[in-house]
Amino acid sequence: MTSQAAADRPNAVTTGRWRSRFFTGALIAPAALWYVVLLVSPIVLVIVFSFGTRNRTGGYTPGFTFDNYAAAIKSPDPFLTSLFLSTFGTILCLLVGLPLAYFIATRARKRKALLIVLLVIPFWTSFLIRTYAWLLILGQDGVAGFVQDLTGNTSFRILGTEPGVLLGLVYGYLPLMVFPLYVTLERMDRALVEASKDLGAPRWSTFRQVTLPIALPGLITGSILVFIPMMGEYVIPQLLGFGQVYTIGNALYLRFLEARNWPSGAAMGVGLILIMLVVVTVYVWFTNRGRTVRDVSVV
Amino acid sequence: MTAPAIPIPASRTAGGRARARMDRYGTLVEAWLRGHTLLVYLFLYLPIVVVVVFSFNGTARRVTQWDGFSLRWYEYVLGNKEVQRDLLNSLIVGVSTAIISTIIGTMAALGLQRAPKWFRLPFDALTYVSVIVPELVIALATLVFFASTIGRDGIVTAVTGREFGFGFHTIVPALSLFNISLVLLLVRARLSGMDRTHVEASFDLYGTPWRTFWQITFPQLLPAIVAGFLLSFTFAFDDYLITTFVNGPGTTTMPLYVFGQIKRGVTPATNAVAAIMLLITLSVLLAGQLLTRRRGGGGRDASVAGMIAEQGA
Repeated sequence: MTSQAAADRPNAVTTGRWRSRFFTGALIAPAALWYVVLLVSPIVLVIVFSFGTRNRTGGYTPGFTFDNYAAAIKSPDPFLTSLFLSTFGTILCLLVGLPLAYFIATRARKRKALLIVLLVIPFWTSFLIRTYAWLLILGQDGVAGFVQDLTGNTSFRILGTEPGVLLGLVYGYLPLMVFPLYVTLERMDRALVEASKDLGAPRWSTFRQVTLPIALPGLITGSILVFIPMMGEYVIPQLLGFGQVYTIGNALYLRFLEARNWPSGAAMGVGLILIMLVVVTVYVWFTNRGRTVRDVSVV
Repeated sequence: MTAPAIPIPASRTAGGRARARMDRYGTLVEAWLRGHTLLVYLFLYLPIVVVVVFSFNGTARRVTQWDGFSLRWYEYVLGNKEVQRDLLNSLIVGVSTAIISTIIGTMAALGLQRAPKWFRLPFDALTYVSVIVPELVIALATLVFFASTIGRDGIVTAVTGREFGFGFHTIVPALSLFNISLVLLLVRARLSGMDRTHVEASFDLYGTPWRTFWQITFPQLLPAIVAGFLLSFTFAFDDYLITTFVNGPGTTTMPLYVFGQIKRGVTPATNAVAAIMLLITLSVLLAGQLLTRRRGGGGRDASVAGMIAEQGA
């Protein structure tokens, strides 16, 4: 409806507006339905379940008890293991990802696009298969066996240990750290670095006082994007940790699919969601410090 | 700095020497950056290469003991009824998730432009939550949800007297949640960077909204829509975690099959299956990259990879 035609007939204005509203609603409705039915209500149900009790057949009996939470707090090992792995994993991703993002953003020139493509492709390719490959690489016929022959220490293992799981985590989530870092570094004004150099600042000072502050938003976004999925990771600790590195992921899988103690699992799940909420809240608070306009982008 | 005993050229004076030292550090740093980048890419691609190479292993015993080039495991695997069925299941899941997510996600991106702010804010929050929440949380929450609605003791089952149970109809909607948000974000990023002048020109020439959309807006959004479709397909095709929580009898997919194989003990056939999965997703991604590379308008990288990198910000 053009504005000219609408102005000629006042009545058509309201009709047109209502039609437009209806149309907008129809466009959004399916997605909104998906969010309400498959995101909001499942999470609400999990919260409800976490206060219930398990019945004899493994189902759920309504109730209001904090026993599930008490049990989860009494055995915090999976939480601590996951927190440890995710924190170290995030730091490692940062140490590996920052120089890489810096190189792609400032040194790669024409090959920039190619290097990004080469980073994206493995990231979207069979996570499970790529994790499985490390079983072959790190196992008895691979790196572990090689180190055993070299040092004579026959008990040397990588698989089934925390370093093995950490390697898998860094491998799996590194691109999520590099993308936001790359974007912030790419937008950086190179003249600032030049100016710092011309004023006689050594490389390290330039990096610390110019580049790093500029990269900070990307660095924080990247850390969040990496830390959160690491907290809930199941496949990597299961495959590379042989289930011996016991994370929240392992504990949740066990409770939901094997032991079938859903209320207990639900309480742990709520715990995981709470950790996530704390992390995101700190992030939002941190990025909005000293800003009047609330402009938050999590992804 | 001691005074030089003999006259030397200006470039060798204190300042010059310091600069020379800095340049030496400079070349070292540059070399390190290059080496580091190279190593990271090797690290990223090593597993892919290893799986593909060992899938051609002719061995009948140990997976990692090289015993000559052979296609026997591909033959064995492709002739295996179980693998054929699971591969088909994965393709069904991948394609249907991609279709649903692309249509719903694109529609939502278009609608959101016109939506009032009070609606946009909570909707955006849910979009981000669905993307960032660990997959495991989505998996267990949807399991709880489906079990208490259409499962054995579910409400819908009690009311209708018919048990829908688990299967494609639980896997595909559960996987679509993340992918709808993914498509939505990709299309919206493209929309916000779009040149409005063509749309306005079309309206000035009395083009109807419907024709304006199909002739002006849609072609410009196409790279994002194609990217969203292909990424949704690979995500759903490769998914293990959500699928393992909400799958039903007869809907085992490839990742579930491979995971079971790994748990039971890897055989040379596992590598062939893994390599086939890699091949399928890699070719889909490469096709997407080539399809979208030349279409981009403006200075932005409109290819699949470019859009993903942009999303990271």
